[in-house]
Amino acid sequence: MRAYGTELASPLMLGTALYDSPAVLAASVKAARPGAVTVSLRRESAGEQAGQAFWELVRGLEVPVLPNTAGCHTVREAVTTAQMAREVFDTDWIKLEVIGQGDLLQPDVFALVEAARILTEEGFKVFPYTTEDLVVAERLLRAGCELLMPWGAPIGSGRGLNNVFGLRALRAHFPEIPMVIDAGIGRPSHAVTAFELGYDAILINTAVAKAGDPVSMAEAFRLACEVGRLASEADPMEERDMAVPSTPTLGKAVFAS
Amino acid sequence: MQIIVNDETKRISGRFLSDILIELGYGESKVATAIDGVFVPRSARSGRELQEGARLEILAPMQGG
Repeated sequence: MRAYGTELASPLMLGTALYDSPAVLAASVKAARPGAVTVSLRRESAGEQAGQAFWELVRGLEVPVLPNTAGCHTVREAVTTAQMAREVFDTDWIKLEVIGQGDLLQPDVFALVEAARILTEEGFKVFPYTTEDLVVAERLLRAGCELLMPWGAPIGSGRGLNNVFGLRALRAHFPEIPMVIDAGIGRPSHAVTAFELGYDAILINTAVAKAGDPVSMAEAFRLACEVGRLASEADPMEERDMAVPSTPTLGKAVFAS
Repeated sequence: MQIIVNDETKRISGRFLSDILIELGYGESKVATAIDGVFVPRSARSGRELQEGARLEILAPMQGG
């Protein structure tokens, strides 16, 4: 997938949170071979150095980083966090999250569009975490976003693609825009479906980090992305309501009863 | 003077952000700063003076999804 002129090495983006240890994180990233890893910013007291150690680990992975604005609820919070992330991580990529509803971690799409506009004007390359709403998508593109990241289901829910119809419509409506399913994917089969629907990439975290064996699951997702992408490029057949025999009927033996 | 650092009240002697970061023990740490909700880039820290009661946010890299 191309993201703002950069070809990602893989259509799999992987979050770095929730792993049991830095070693499991590093091994999972190696197994997933992601095109980017997501990172964040948090308060750190002096002398704690957890953030510095984490940064050294991520740098050693040699994978592009995509900082997020997780936990932001207002335009101002998101913009300030993005500005801080750009300096710390030395990238103008930003996964823009503006949360509007706490139970579902649903994006506040009005604030999202406004923050995307401001950040684009400031030179950011915005990866907006949004819903599958067509009108919001159009506004995000008008605000300067060159790709979209609709949710499959609420963050961390693992429910997969809740609204296949809506995601299909979004894909069909903006055929040229790179699109990433961000959030909600729980299993490799969900990832395969995302690619079969025509999506260009997926972003996952909890599905790997909270699997019983994160490293194996990371590899499973890497393979699922390959499978899904191959299948998508191979132009799957259309569904039918009625059965159609696959074995030729011509020349079939007739046995008298 | 007293300022609020990451939601904790701190008594500090420095007035400029660059000095305050050293005083608080951040030294050369990879952190980003904001004062009263406004980002202050690294290049502006030495010229940025804090007022009594200012809210200073100091953020470091962290795991994220």
